[in-house]
Amino acid sequence: MATQSSTEAAVRPVNRRPRPMPWPLNIYQTAVGKKWVMAITGLMEIGFLVMHMLGNLKIYLGASALNHYAEGLREFGDPFAPREAVLWILRIGLLVAVVLHVHAAFSLWRMNRRTHPESYRSKRDYIAANWASRTMRWTGPIVLLFIFYHLSDLTFGGQNPSFQNGEVYHNVVASFSRPSVAAFYVIANLALGVHLFHGAWSMFQSMGINSPQYNSLRRVFAVLLTIAIIGPNISFPIAVQLGIVG
Amino acid sequence: MNLTLKVWRQAGPTAPGQFETYEARDISEDMSFLEVLDVVNEDLNDRGIEPIAFEHDCREGICGSCGVMINGQAHGPGFRTATCQLHMRLFKDGDSITVEPWRAASFPLIRDLVVNRSAFDRIIESGGFISVNTGSAVEANMIPIPKVVSDAAMDAAECIGCGACVASCPNGAASLFTAAKMQHLNLLPQGQAERWQRTQSMVETMEDFFGSCTSHGECQFACPKGISIDVIAYMNRDYLKSMSKNRKLGGQGLTT
Amino acid sequence: MELKSAIPEGPIEDLWDGHRFNMRLVNPANKRRFNVIVVGTGLAGASAAASLAELGYGVTVFSYHDSPRRAHSIAAQGGINAAKNYQNDGDSIHRLFYDTVKGGDFRSREANVYRLAQLSVNIIDQCVAQGVPFAREYGGQLENRSFGGVQVSRTFYARGQTGQQLLLGAYQALMRQVGTGAVTLYPRTEMLDLVTVDGRAVGVTVRDLQTGEISSHSAHAVILATGGYGNVYYLSTNAKKSNATAAWRAHKKGAAFANPCFTQIHPTCIPASGEHQSKLTLMSESLRNDGRIWVPKDETDQRSPSDIPEAERDYYLERQYPAFGNLVPRDVASRAAKRQVDNGRGVGPLKNGVYLDFGSAIDRLGQPEIEERYGNLFEMYDRITGEDPYETPMRIYPATHYTMGGLWVDYNLMSSIPGLFVGGEANFSDHGANRLGASALMQGLADGYFVLPNTVSDYLAGLLGQGAVGTDHAAFRESRAEVEDQTKRYLSNKGTHSVDYFHKALGHIVWEKIGMERTATGLQEAMRDISSLREDFRRDVRVLGSGESLNDSLEKAGRVADFFDLAELIARDALHREESCGGHFRVEHQTEDGEAARDDDNFSYVAAWEWQGEGKPQILNKEQLEFEHVHPAQRSYK
Repeated sequence: MATQSSTEAAVRPVNRRPRPMPWPLNIYQTAVGKKWVMAITGLMEIGFLVMHMLGNLKIYLGASALNHYAEGLREFGDPFAPREAVLWILRIGLLVAVVLHVHAAFSLWRMNRRTHPESYRSKRDYIAANWASRTMRWTGPIVLLFIFYHLSDLTFGGQNPSFQNGEVYHNVVASFSRPSVAAFYVIANLALGVHLFHGAWSMFQSMGINSPQYNSLRRVFAVLLTIAIIGPNISFPIAVQLGIVG
Repeated sequence: MNLTLKVWRQAGPTAPGQFETYEARDISEDMSFLEVLDVVNEDLNDRGIEPIAFEHDCREGICGSCGVMINGQAHGPGFRTATCQLHMRLFKDGDSITVEPWRAASFPLIRDLVVNRSAFDRIIESGGFISVNTGSAVEANMIPIPKVVSDAAMDAAECIGCGACVASCPNGAASLFTAAKMQHLNLLPQGQAERWQRTQSMVETMEDFFGSCTSHGECQFACPKGISIDVIAYMNRDYLKSMSKNRKLGGQGLTT
Repeated sequence: MELKSAIPEGPIEDLWDGHRFNMRLVNPANKRRFNVIVVGTGLAGASAAASLAELGYGVTVFSYHDSPRRAHSIAAQGGINAAKNYQNDGDSIHRLFYDTVKGGDFRSREANVYRLAQLSVNIIDQCVAQGVPFAREYGGQLENRSFGGVQVSRTFYARGQTGQQLLLGAYQALMRQVGTGAVTLYPRTEMLDLVTVDGRAVGVTVRDLQTGEISSHSAHAVILATGGYGNVYYLSTNAKKSNATAAWRAHKKGAAFANPCFTQIHPTCIPASGEHQSKLTLMSESLRNDGRIWVPKDETDQRSPSDIPEAERDYYLERQYPAFGNLVPRDVASRAAKRQVDNGRGVGPLKNGVYLDFGSAIDRLGQPEIEERYGNLFEMYDRITGEDPYETPMRIYPATHYTMGGLWVDYNLMSSIPGLFVGGEANFSDHGANRLGASALMQGLADGYFVLPNTVSDYLAGLLGQGAVGTDHAAFRESRAEVEDQTKRYLSNKGTHSVDYFHKALGHIVWEKIGMERTATGLQEAMRDISSLREDFRRDVRVLGSGESLNDSLEKAGRVADFFDLAELIARDALHREESCGGHFRVEHQTEDGEAARDDDNFSYVAAWEWQGEGKPQILNKEQLEFEHVHPAQRSYK
């Protein structure tokens, strides 16, 4: 009944709402759902990191212990499954997790660029947001690049100076003997640590696991987990460089 | 005390904006931040310069109208304090204070320090209510609600809709605002009938306008009511459940 | 003007039921042919708009805020009354009715108040169903507390934010209707004129505050729920934007304005800290449940409050009113505080307050219990004053808080202009000469949820088959031209002082001379001062900027101009009412011990003032009040 058009200044949506897909794919269509996926895949990656770190500790027991462990991984599931079958299933599962994690992260990053296109002209004074939480979009890609290099170096051997299939101990020592590579491994693991420090806490939030009595423990868990994984990891290249392993 | 204010001035939504520097003299420590802006505006008006436009109304921290970035913090340095309740005893003589409007794509600027926050109304409109027509309510004490539940609902319901959570969030996310309303209604027995519908609908509408939560936790410190990011965890949990519940409801011939 | 109160016949208990039965109905298919305009989105406006939309009417809502949720109802702290008698302490609908009529000093309509008491029960049900998180007992039942002026516990509350929670409930109900398309919402849009055709309200002229665009909207009925006029005092507990413009423009179009001199001064506000003060902050009256009010006996006492021994403190309310003590009604508590300060016994750096002390309550109940009850109020006090009330007593002083006066309405809440309904604080309301605590929220919601949807339907039923008047009608065109003209006039005025400068000056006059205590000479002076200040304002106000974008000064200029006219009417009303009652205290009319002396023989009526045109004094119309159930008596709280 207005004489003139509605004067209400409507704010237009910034994000386009996708056509709903069937359940459960539609969960992934929202940011909250993507955060769930990031949390679950993150948890899988943490599981892998823990096993990877534990296995690698065998390096301190000598060449045969480490090589035997590596061979054990390939034979895992014997005699029910063919050699390397279980390993490949795990690898594929992990690959899917990493791809989903990266895809979700990338699309959320793009979304947040749309919703927060302008930064403040004056300097922000953050109270809670810390360096770790604000650098997730940098530590993530660094870790991803590192994974490519690491696979090429020690799994497929492309980047390794004297790669011998199955001779894990030899390959590791050969790779880590190069100071620049050792340094790169240390730096990449520190980036991974920063990523973990925020991710291992944030996943509780994303999955709605919270209870006022235990909330402070979520941070403690993240710190301990980060130290437990990153500490041993960076010790390997350092140990090789120092000649403790070699 | 005497202060130097650097204030964002912008004549309109598409006009170019810039900081202007103004002196505020003889400021008493009992003044609120908005009263300082009043003093500056009075002076500007006398000098023939258009006063600074800023949003304000109740000036007792409950209406949620006011809110600016003060020295890089939403609502300034006071803990659990809206801009109107920020008193100048937190500042020192000679301080330089930078004042900037909220910035987020869905909070388009209207003028100077005033932004349009109507996207919040869209989120409420999409499900932030309990559908009960006037007259159809049952006797109030027919619905006993454990005190702890009622208190937790009230904790979340205290949100004043000021937008500080969005303004302080590096992602421009409105998760705290949305989740607070959701927790308020989803916790209560009265809110159960629409719980899953509400959850899905509010999350989807929120994401039409705002960014995603990456657990910076900045919002809970900017919030003048101190609403905790626990409500966001609650929303995430309810969201996953809602997707499965709504599928089942849909399977019974209901549309989601 | 003939004032027909439209009170139905019958026993008071059955009036509302009988009236609802006798009212005409609009069938569902016809409801969508009607459009209703609601101005204001506080408790009364939002609840009326939502309820009318639920019924199926087309509703258009205007708010000058950026969102309906900002309306000043949100700032009510203490609670909302209802005659539920959950506490088994002798409460009943009749007692709430009795308390409200008595508390209002016998200047309200019995029939309205009785209906209010009846509906209070439904309001709580409605709000609980909406999810309003009222305080609960451990067993899950609703909790109550007591409030000033009564001896039963019937107040429901949600911490110190009851108004916020009730408003959000109404706002959410409104937004649900916006979502369904039943309500069209215009935020940041201010009503600047009421349009009438053939004596009926047919629409409004509004200004978009963001673009400056002036437009007209027509409807079959218009509801004003635009709040009170406490900001005429400049310093009040009202929000900065609260104003009387919508009501005043309706008054100028013929709606009678009733009892403007009945303004309420709230006893527990934080005293002003200096000239810069832009508004006063209220500390909920519920604090008087556990706080004790005192001043030092010796006016020269410079010690800090904790160093003053019990024997040297004067708990003056407990001394003067042993029965009610610190819980006397607001007007009594306010005047008592003013007398202490006027006698030089005020406390604080400016000696402009009295102590409200929680020391003994903390000893009795322990700090955690006090924190549970008043935590957020204590925090707020600390933030504003920098003093911790757990350690040192609060300082409080009265401030303007609520206005009982407003547009005259009949039993159906329809003003003297057919088709114009008024709800909430904007009408002259059910509170008589003084409002009891926790009754404003009750009245706003009773009007909005339960009264207006019924009475507006009845009015609309009579318009069946008639379309709304088109906005190209001459009356709309003239209204737009007038509003445009007024806007331009302020912008082209080459003055020297800001709008606030004049508003402060006006507030000073009104507070000093039409405040807590009024005298004939003071009121005559006030009228002269207001008139000359208004001339200055018109000549010398300076409004910068343009009319095409957000312009706070321009908005304020129009509102302050209306405050000038209204202030004059308040003085005129106060001058004619040669008695003291409720919020209106004439120094000439007091009992021997300084209490208000009412004159029921001559002033038991509603004074409804009728606009006569610019510069001419309004004409007084009287609606006689009949008291059949509560017999007027001197209020005694001793």
